[in-house]
Amino acid sequence: MSSKKLLVKGNEAVAIGAIDGGVECYFAYPITPQSDIPEYLSRELVKLGGTFLQAESEIASINMVLGAAAAGKRAMTSSSGPGISLKQEGISYIAGSELPAVIVNMMRGGPGLGGIQPSQGDYFQATRGGGHGDYRTMVLAPSTCQECYDLTIEAFDLAFKYRNPVMILGDAILGQMKEPIVRWKERSIDPNEAIKWCLTGKKGRKQRIIKSLRLEEGSMEALNEKLMKKYKDMEQDIKWEEFMVEDAEVVAVAFGSIGRIVKSTARKLRSKGYKVGVFRPITLFPFPYKQLREVAKKGKRFITIENNTGQMVEDVRLALCGICETEFFANMPGKVSTPEDFIEPIENMFK
Amino acid sequence: MTKVSEKQVFSMPKCLNDVPTHFCPGCHHGIIHRLVAEAIDAFQLEDKAICVGSVGCSVFIYNYIDVDSVEAPHGRAPAVATGVKRARPDAFVFAYQGDGDLAAIGLSEIIHCANRGEKVSIIFVNNSVYGMTGGQMAPTTLVGQKTTTTPYGRSPQNEGYPLKMAELIGSLEGCAFSARVAVNNIKNIIKAKKAIKKAFLAQLKNKGFGFVEFLSACPTNWHLTPLEANKRVETEMMAYFPLGIYKDIVE
Amino acid sequence: MSRIEIREDRCKGCLLCTTVCPEGILIQGDKLNSKGYKVIMCDPAKKEKCRGCAFCAEICPDGVILVFKTKKEK
Repeated sequence: MSSKKLLVKGNEAVAIGAIDGGVECYFAYPITPQSDIPEYLSRELVKLGGTFLQAESEIASINMVLGAAAAGKRAMTSSSGPGISLKQEGISYIAGSELPAVIVNMMRGGPGLGGIQPSQGDYFQATRGGGHGDYRTMVLAPSTCQECYDLTIEAFDLAFKYRNPVMILGDAILGQMKEPIVRWKERSIDPNEAIKWCLTGKKGRKQRIIKSLRLEEGSMEALNEKLMKKYKDMEQDIKWEEFMVEDAEVVAVAFGSIGRIVKSTARKLRSKGYKVGVFRPITLFPFPYKQLREVAKKGKRFITIENNTGQMVEDVRLALCGICETEFFANMPGKVSTPEDFIEPIENMFK
Repeated sequence: MTKVSEKQVFSMPKCLNDVPTHFCPGCHHGIIHRLVAEAIDAFQLEDKAICVGSVGCSVFIYNYIDVDSVEAPHGRAPAVATGVKRARPDAFVFAYQGDGDLAAIGLSEIIHCANRGEKVSIIFVNNSVYGMTGGQMAPTTLVGQKTTTTPYGRSPQNEGYPLKMAELIGSLEGCAFSARVAVNNIKNIIKAKKAIKKAFLAQLKNKGFGFVEFLSACPTNWHLTPLEANKRVETEMMAYFPLGIYKDIVE
Repeated sequence: MSRIEIREDRCKGCLLCTTVCPEGILIQGDKLNSKGYKVIMCDPAKKEKCRGCAFCAEICPDGVILVFKTKKEK
């Protein structure tokens, strides 16, 4: 298939990425600002023989994902903050049962019913568990429609590599903006991808049980040790971007749509003679602590900018601990930002 | 000259692990598990079946019925079963739930699963109380019944009336078979076996959703002896929860 | 005559089987199994009457009883 260039919304880019990434089962419930994803897949996934089902709730849909994943299939769901809150128990079960799944959160304003304006307020929920128990979700934060496509494809591969839930953390800006993307991956399904562990009916072999109940002596300790090692192994797949960081005096740390907007701010400030760079984490879990630390050791100063009241900044502080501090600029949830919004906070770093 | 020959006429089902169970003396789960296993053997489904377990006294079903199994969060077995069946339509997918799992926290999932006519078979064990957590009120607790959270007896004004699930599920278009049975005596056990068969056939013949509600005894949390509890199923439960077939479009 | 085999260690003394035996053969003995339950037994006076109907085994929740039916062929 020759690569195609399409003009699509971020939500559609996620859906197209899911298709090309081999999604077989998609279960979801409508919620603004991500309903384009189920709408797109309801048309296109069935044409390819996949399963699309609009579930009765976000709780039902995450559990349908659990079932399809237990059966060894590439399964996905998508929602926004309030719906992701409902899915937390299911995500914990998916992690505890060591199943692969892709969960998309297009963040909106919160807390509570909030609003349909953008925010980055679910960072803690995404990276700190959200659900109960000692598990972590791998979190990928796209900042362009192309990354929405690319990272969704990668999310499925990572989910199966680690047998863990993987989250795409976007927001209303990304979900609703339109940009050209290049569709480079050819959809292919490997029916035996999970054949060593999934449920198929015994077919003559020994029974397989996929569960997260661990009552037998030593079994809970064993699972948690295994998960701890798994999350360490995930560090080999850490992703980040350093933009004009090499000679920068001040480095802005930002993720997702804000990361992209801050890059524009950096370009504007550079033209005024300010040496500004941007460090953009792409995997939020595992977070690029070591990589950020390496930048800090070179004597840069830092400002963290997020569309929330201070969440990723805690990871930045952890990374910089003992070397230096970071300033923080809260772009309030609900505010749709432009590059100009960040000029003053970054300029102030030079005073 | 008369010849005498002996034949074993009752043995445990092949797909049921022949091990002691954790169930209390007189608990009907043991009987129901065996009936489900017998049906799996009868239809030769051991290698095709995928069991969705739930949360309650029956959480260990995967240790007893030897088929591929996945554990669902509390109440969500019908949604997990939907995911499994949609992913592997050739598998035989069944779930086994108690009254808290199915009729309280999971009420939305069971209704929608049945309404969509998912080709899965669900066994519902109704013992009018929460067993595993120590005897609290269930959606099927009878009016006046004392439980640890209705110490003065269930009151319709405060707690509402018990839910009649077999009727509710049977009223849905997507449901192909819905019945309420009991295992308190031999006559009812025979009817129960027929009902499980029909619920399985609803899936095997691709007709729709199959559902069997079992009235069941819980001696421990009813504070009765096994014999008294068995009697209560007949004398108290059947009056409110009549046995019968509430939907059958399976030929 | 038909007979049953009682796997004593599986019995939990629930007595459900005693409600269904058409000949009233099953009674609770005084013997305790390793789990501390009083196990079921056949009344020696009535044991011969066993028809091999398997009702006892059908209602037993614990798989205690195996049933062997004897047929007389001429």
